[in-house]
Amino acid sequence: MSQGDWTGAWLWLAVIASGLFHGANPGMGWPLAVSAGLMEKSPRALFLTLLPLSVGHLLAVLVILLPFGLLLALAEWRHDIQIAAALVVIGFGIFRLLDRRHPRSLARIPPTQLGLWSFAIAIAHGAGLMLVPIYLGLCRSDASGHAAAAPLVEGNLAVAVLVAIVHVIAMIGAGGCLAWLVYRYLGLRFVSRGWFNLDAVWAISLILVGTIALGFNLGAA
Amino acid sequence: MTMRPDPTFHASPRLAMEAPAENFAYMLLLCPDFSKPDALAVVDVNPSSQTYSQIVHTVVMPNKGDEFHHFGWNACSSALSPLAGHAFVERRYLVIPGIRSSRIYIVDTKPDPTKARIHKIIEPEEVFKKTGYSRPHTIHCGPEGIYVSTLGGGGKDGTEGPPGVFIMDCETFEVLGRWEIDRGPQKLHYDFWWNLPRDYMVTSEWALPPQFENGIVAEDLLANKYGHRLHFWDLRERRHTQTIDLGANHQMALEVRPAHDPVREYGFVGVVVDTTNLEASIFTWWREDGKFHAEKTATIPPEPAAKEKLPPLLQGFGAVPPLVTDIDLSMDDRFLYVSCWGTGEMRQYDVRDPRKPKLAGSVHIGGIARRTPHPSGKAYAGGPQMVEISRDGKRVYWTNSLYSTWDKQFYPDGMPGAAVMANAGPSGGLELASDYWVNCPDGYRPHQIRLEGGDCSTDSFCYPSA
Repeated sequence: MSQGDWTGAWLWLAVIASGLFHGANPGMGWPLAVSAGLMEKSPRALFLTLLPLSVGHLLAVLVILLPFGLLLALAEWRHDIQIAAALVVIGFGIFRLLDRRHPRSLARIPPTQLGLWSFAIAIAHGAGLMLVPIYLGLCRSDASGHAAAAPLVEGNLAVAVLVAIVHVIAMIGAGGCLAWLVYRYLGLRFVSRGWFNLDAVWAISLILVGTIALGFNLGAA
Repeated sequence: MTMRPDPTFHASPRLAMEAPAENFAYMLLLCPDFSKPDALAVVDVNPSSQTYSQIVHTVVMPNKGDEFHHFGWNACSSALSPLAGHAFVERRYLVIPGIRSSRIYIVDTKPDPTKARIHKIIEPEEVFKKTGYSRPHTIHCGPEGIYVSTLGGGGKDGTEGPPGVFIMDCETFEVLGRWEIDRGPQKLHYDFWWNLPRDYMVTSEWALPPQFENGIVAEDLLANKYGHRLHFWDLRERRHTQTIDLGANHQMALEVRPAHDPVREYGFVGVVVDTTNLEASIFTWWREDGKFHAEKTATIPPEPAAKEKLPPLLQGFGAVPPLVTDIDLSMDDRFLYVSCWGTGEMRQYDVRDPRKPKLAGSVHIGGIARRTPHPSGKAYAGGPQMVEISRDGKRVYWTNSLYSTWDKQFYPDGMPGAAVMANAGPSGGLELASDYWVNCPDGYRPHQIRLEGGDCSTDSFCYPSA
């Protein structure tokens, strides 16, 4: 494999890893699936809950990635866009690190609108933002940079959709597995005992992803 | 900010029952003649302790005349709500409103209950200014922070505008504002509680401040002018959805006790007095196909008594009304405890079939006419009033005072403070513990009790026990 292929493979691995991380975080909703399964006394309710959670998360990722995909059409600005994106991600990570008060803003979304809930919670946490530097990296490795604008944009948007789908499959896979394990084997005690405060880890992940991307781009300049 | 959820937060009622038993009880002390400041007492309830059933610490407030009544925690098991997605607050601060002054005290119970101290004081003006409500009462912790029900609206006597619920931040204790967006026909308030995953709130009605602050107004009561409705709300939309009138003769619908298991969509409410026959009653309410229903499921008759045993207020009736002033449901939703403050009886109903409560146990203590002493031989004035059940359902604690001015009307001979405990049998039955008697300081009466690590009228759950 060439250097570019290796970079691409690592980036796809990062897409999957971030999906697993988001899915395992109780804040992204797997306890809702446990609750639904127990309330309805049926595993079916558990799995049905994963559907709106996936759709909400998917849309939240796409809504962030697609505009960046379009921006990349400005090929001569590509480098600046990547640096700016990395800085935005770092900035958001720092904001998340400093502002760690108990959240109240999303408390009014009713339990019947889990898709909306999942979308809002992913946006508020910067779940899509965490993928931006990875996505931009993938776009770079996909297109050599001299192609015409229209197919380039199309290609970038397709990559965005693919990144979002792969990320969400990993996310819902991890969350769904945890929900099923708690529902079927571990019991509700795991909800309180196994719930760690990932706020700081999450914020640091954002900063880390942004910093690595920044390093790459400054290095490539 | 913690790294793990507070160990006293439990996902389901069953887990709450299995958790370690309480070592301390928090008890509000009020000075009925307002000559001294009200206080929070910390009672040792560990039976193997040297200071068992004694007050081991007291937090005295800096103001007089607050009139403490109900109180609650800044956070409870509701923090494990999967929708909140953030379980990292501590059950640490007690939120104590004065229902006469509208002042709210925040008391820090960490690092040790015996070192509890005032953390913050919210002055009445802040409550008035930010909410337009007055006379804060019931405290519950939920999705948007701390919810506080109030008994009064604006103005000096609390009659300018209806009373309602307001929200406070659960970490900074900043008063955030009114909860209701659409209050429908609701004009009176008392208690409230909810079912978090099913997303509804239930509120009850007592009266407006002029009807209780200076004592019960007999003419208003006989004219059925006290509260007699239940209100149902969409919790997250903050919208009134349904009213159920229990009937105008069912005066004063007070404590609302929903089943703890969120899969059960029913609950209970106690009615103080039926003006047609002095009976007290329990109503069961439930939700079916999205609609709420309620029916009277238990009644407690008045007891005839000689005129000389009765206070002037009751002499014309020749009987003692049971006056159900508090009810409490055990964590497994099996037993409903009913305080009969007039007749001096604590009743225990088996409510496994919620629409057919069966009397399972009863103890007599105090009472307007009966005046049953405590098994230790001590005199007990007043009747069983605020009742709290341990999470494991084995111990039932209660106090004797209702409300300063009402105490005087129903028990004019005076009411030294008393707090007792009864042991509940695993399949029913109730027996007063003769070795549990809390000596209240002179000139003080106790009201609501809260137990360390949560109790049966604090925590709400987002996962069923099954």
